[in-house]
Parts: sequence; C-alpha cells; structure tokens
Amino acid sequence: MSQDPKCHDFHQGAKKALDDERLQTLLGRTLENGFQKKRLQGMSRLPEYEQLRDKARDLKDHVLDHLDMYLARFEAEVTKAGGQVHWARDAAQARDIILDICIKADAKTVSKGKSMIAEEIGLNDHLIANAIVPVETDLGEYIIQLRDEPPSHIIAPAFHISKEQVAETFVENHTHLDPDRDLSEPTTLLNEARGELRDKFLCADVGITGANILVAETGTAMIVTNEGNGDLTQDLPPVHIALTSIEKVVPTLEDATLILRLLARTATGQEQSVYNTFFTGAKRPDDIDGPDEYHVVLLDNGRSELLGSEFRDILRCIRCGACINHCPVYGVTSGHAYGWVYPGPMGSVLTPHFVGIEEAHLLPGASTFCGRCEEVCPVRIPLPQLLRNWRVRAFEKGLSGRAQRLGLGMWAGLARRPWAYRLIMNFAIAALSTLAREKGSFRRLLGAGGWTKTRDLPAPQGGTFQSRYAKGER
Amino acid sequence: MNARKDIFARLKTTLDRVHNPTVRYSGADQRIQGRVTALIPQRGRSEGPAKTALFVSEAERADTDVRRLAQLSDVPGVVSSILAEAKITALKAAPDETLQAMDWAGVDITFGRGEGLDHVGLSVAYGGVAETGTLVMSSGPRSPTTLNFLPDVHMVVIRAQDIAANYEQIWDRLRTDAKPDAPLLPRTVNWITGPSRTADIEQTLLLGAHGPRKLIILLIDAQTS
Repeated sequence: MSQDPKCHDFHQGAKKALDDERLQTLLGRTLENGFQKKRLQGMSRLPEYEQLRDKARDLKDHVLDHLDMYLARFEAEVTKAGGQVHWARDAAQARDIILDICIKADAKTVSKGKSMIAEEIGLNDHLIANAIVPVETDLGEYIIQLRDEPPSHIIAPAFHISKEQVAETFVENHTHLDPDRDLSEPTTLLNEARGELRDKFLCADVGITGANILVAETGTAMIVTNEGNGDLTQDLPPVHIALTSIEKVVPTLEDATLILRLLARTATGQEQSVYNTFFTGAKRPDDIDGPDEYHVVLLDNGRSELLGSEFRDILRCIRCGACINHCPVYGVTSGHAYGWVYPGPMGSVLTPHFVGIEEAHLLPGASTFCGRCEEVCPVRIPLPQLLRNWRVRAFEKGLSGRAQRLGLGMWAGLARRPWAYRLIMNFAIAALSTLAREKGSFRRLLGAGGWTKTRDLPAPQGGTFQSRYAKGER
Repeated sequence: MNARKDIFARLKTTLDRVHNPTVRYSGADQRIQGRVTALIPQRGRSEGPAKTALFVSEAERADTDVRRLAQLSDVPGVVSSILAEAKITALKAAPDETLQAMDWAGVDITFGRGEGLDHVGLSVAYGGVAETGTLVMSSGPRSPTTLNFLPDVHMVVIRAQDIAANYEQIWDRLRTDAKPDAPLLPRTVNWITGPSRTADIEQTLLLGAHGPRKLIILLIDAQTS
C-alpha cells in the first residue's frame, strides 16, 4: 500500500479549484506566464534541443531493455564505494528499511531534501508515527509541511499558496518570533525560513534525499536543486539515505549528462539548475566532511510490472513537470484535484497503477487529448496514448458511468452503419438549422446544457463533409 | 522471497521475453565500456580565449559575479577588498596548498570545513564548464563540500586553463585523475551554476535560499603548472 489518496473525486476537486479565484490567478502566473514562457526561452538558446530529445528517448528505451543489468552494476559499484543498497518491493518495505536505518542511528530528527518517492511511500507520516521528526528543507515543501498539505505540483509544490498565506503560516508556527513582525515581502519570508532551517540542517541525525539519476558505471547517485537544500541534506548529517526508484539508472556519466542538458531547460528554462550534486559512497578516509554512513533505497512499487505492460513508456519519465505545466486541464484544476502524489498527464498515467483504476478511473478522462503533453515531453512519452489505454481498461471493467456506456454504445452502432449515420445526420442538420433560423446559433438547447451554460452553440450550416465531397466540392 | 531476488526475477522474466539475455548482457557491458556521448551541442565545443569568454558570460547570466585576475598571487588582495566591502573580517578557506601558501596578512583566515556560522568561504574549483558557466567542485581533504553551501558568500578560485568546453571533458579528467585503488569519483562532485535561489513563493525569483546568497568566481588568467 502506498500513500493514501487525498481526493477521491476528480470532478469535485476540479470544481473546488475552478471556484477559487486566488488559485486561478496563481495558476496563470505559474504556468502560462511562468514555466511555459521560460521553457520556450530556454529552448531558443539550444539549437540542438530537438535532437537531444530523440537521444534521451533512445537512451531511456535502451535502459529499460537492460534495467536488471544496470541495476546490478550500480549496486556493485555503490558497495565498492562504501555504501549499502537496499531493495524495496513496495512502499511498506521502503518505509521499514528507512525507519530501521533511522532507529539504528538513534535518530530524533531527519532533514529531508525534496523527494517525490518519499511522498509516494508516505514516509513522513511513518516517521512521525515512530517518534522521529522529519523536516522538509525545500522551501516549498517546508511551507506545505507546516500547513499539512500535499504538494500541488512535482517541481513547484507550494505554488498554490499566496505570500499572505505563507506569512500567516510562519506566524502560527514560528512562535518564538515577534508575532507583529513585517512579513509582507517574499524576501523576508525566505530569510526567516533560511534562519529556521539552518539549525535543523546542522542538528539532523539523518539526511534523506531522493535521486534524479543513478549512474551504473560508477555507482553514483545525483540530485538537482536550486536552493542547495538537498545538497546540505546529503552532506551534513552523519547518515545519508538516498531514496529513489529503479528506473532512474543510466549506464554512464555521459548518459546522465544527456539528461541534464534537457532536465532544467525543459522544467524551468534554466541553462542548468544551480546545483547538480553527484555522490558516490560514504565519506572517504581523508575527507573532512560528509556522512559516515551512506544508504541507497531502491523502490520498485509496481514499476517492474509496468515494464511489461502497455504503459512501459511512462518509465522514461524524468520528472521535469513539462506535461503538467502545459496541460489545459491541470491549468485550471491544479494538483490537489488529482488526489494523489503525481498530478497532470504523467500523474494520470501513474496514479491508476499505484492506487488502482477503480479508485482513479476519472483521471484518464481528465484530458482533452490535445496532445500538448506529448509535444513538450523531453523524452517523447506518448502520454495521450497511455491515457487512452487506461480508458480502455476502465471501460472493460465497467467503471465508466451508465450514461457514458449508453452514449458510446449508440455511437458505435451508428458508426458501423453508414446509411443510418447519414440518415440521422441529415435529419439532425436540417432540424437544427431550421430551429436556429437566421440567428445561426442556440442560447439554450435541450441536452446541450453543459455547452450552452457558458457559450452559444453554433447551428450546423450546409451539408456534412461527406455529402459535400460527394457533390464534387473540393 | 527477498525483495532483491523478487525484483530481479521479475525484471529478467519480462526483459528476456523480448531480447536474448546474452545479447542484452553484452549490450549493457559495451555501453558502459564505450561511454557513448550522444551529442555535444555547438555551445559545448568552444576553444581558446573564446572558451574563457563563454564561461564568463554564461556564469554572469546565472547571476555569478566574475572577477578576472592576472595571477594567483592577486587572490589575497581581491579577497581582502571583497571582505572589506562586506564589512566582514573572518574568512573560512579550504585547506588547499595553493591557498595556504598565499600571503594572508591582515585577513582573519582559518582553514577547514564549512560551519553553520561562516559568512565568507573560499575554495578552489576542480574545473569549470564553459557551456553553461558552471563550476565543478570535487570533494576531498583539500575541498570540503560543506564550504560550497554553508557560507553566505562563496568565493571560488579557478584557473582559466582548468575550464573545459563541456561536461564530458570534465568526466574524462576525473577518470584520469582517479587513484587506481579508489572509486572512480570522489565522494561528491558539485556542478555549481550561480548562487542559490528559489521561486517557491509566488514564483518570485529570490537569491540565497539555503546555499550562498552570492557566488564570486576569481578567474586566474595566468598559466601555471
């Protein structure tokens, strides 16, 4: 069992988001006027961008064909460098492995770099239940941890919170500071968080980070940050645990470099993230800093099943967030409506696998199939096709509502009988254009309330494409 | 069954169904031996003075403050003036022989790892990457990683001759420098491109999140052996 879903009904979650004006403003600022523009700027500075995407797709496909071999090599190299590799079949095993390491280290507090895998396995709740205090150190993650909220985006976890709300949260939580202090500026908020977290970094007994890439050749794991928080987390505490999933491995340092030429540029438009930190094993004999103990926890959690399924391509994902940033559905619903850890198109492919299609059957439908996600994906994952595969599975299991099944059944009946299709279409076109008269559109129409609530429905004009084509119109 | 065995068995069953395991094994082995470089962009293929100039302009684009110095012996003077400007007297420096051999008269300098209260740190870079104006730091007794992240102001000495055109050249250099009985890489390699930053509050870009608020590169033009 993984982290429990937080929202069970996408429609309800979406409605709540649509009614939230403040959220809609933040969404526009973050996506259309933020990430989307920055990605375009970043792309424009690298003429080889499209070629690199092809190479990265091919690299990841090659890795998936040889996954067991690269993982074995990675493990051997980590061990040689004085680290220990642990394997977790599912979320529960991963939590237990980490708890066990923390208990052996006699840990009271744990500093954490941002890790989506830690969200996936519900790590924080498990540590708290066992009297260990996890402290999120990424600013966004810190804010949502204080507010006890899940992330709303995989790379901008707190974008949905306004600076006024952050200020309120800090006043409530940092009770040793003057309650009337001025927190109106983002800079002041940042400085306060920096001060609060500095001590936590220095005092933590264990540091837990994720890993963006694993390198088989050298047994190296690496993280990407802009703040420097994950980097302090992997450097200061006496024990470092890197928690990640099995599909993150690549053969060589050159292959990791290929991904890093794409990751930041696609995510935030940066030439490179500020910190790319590559770590190999524990502190060496001559070193004057670094952890004495180093562990890597590799999580499967159903990924080895995905590998042999029609969803295999999703395992190429490098978690840049571009599909989320460009999705017109996510663009108005934000992340919480999706209910689980990963939102947007990549989330709608992953979530049904992790929590079951019965729970998540609305997610594959949360797409217009406009194709932008596939267009921007740096490793060219055919996301609409993968979502379609889930729709097929949901339909086969009878999870789609009765109205939808009836509608699809009627459509299938018509589509298989061209004469009936033509007959009904001709009748409908004639009826609608007569009803609409000279206005040419409807303000209201029985059965089309969903459309006409917010806009007029244009009436059909002229014949169908087929009838006009048959008449020789070209 | 234990988790490791179980995961490997599942992967192998799935993958062997599509490709012959012997072919797969040699494919993976060759890929690691061969170290395929997929594609180095044009911007990663600069040479000579143009390479140094590209390093500087890309570093500046990432908000790094770059100071060009004629020779290594100019370092203490420039560092002193930066300290004076910031009204700070204490300097924490990496225990690097090059830095230790310099004349630090008038500077309250200590050599060691980074600590929570260090205001200004000074390190020596292993190399640089012109493609993106990136510093490469390699951990070891002469270059503690803590110093790259804890000080408010981080100054890094880099010789122009150590700047590579692209990341791949740095990997090659690290492989060559590796001791035969040690792992191929030091415990930590940091690529650093600009000072620490965050946009987590309403997407406002702010410098100095948890790492240094200011990154100053001291670029030494003179060739040294």
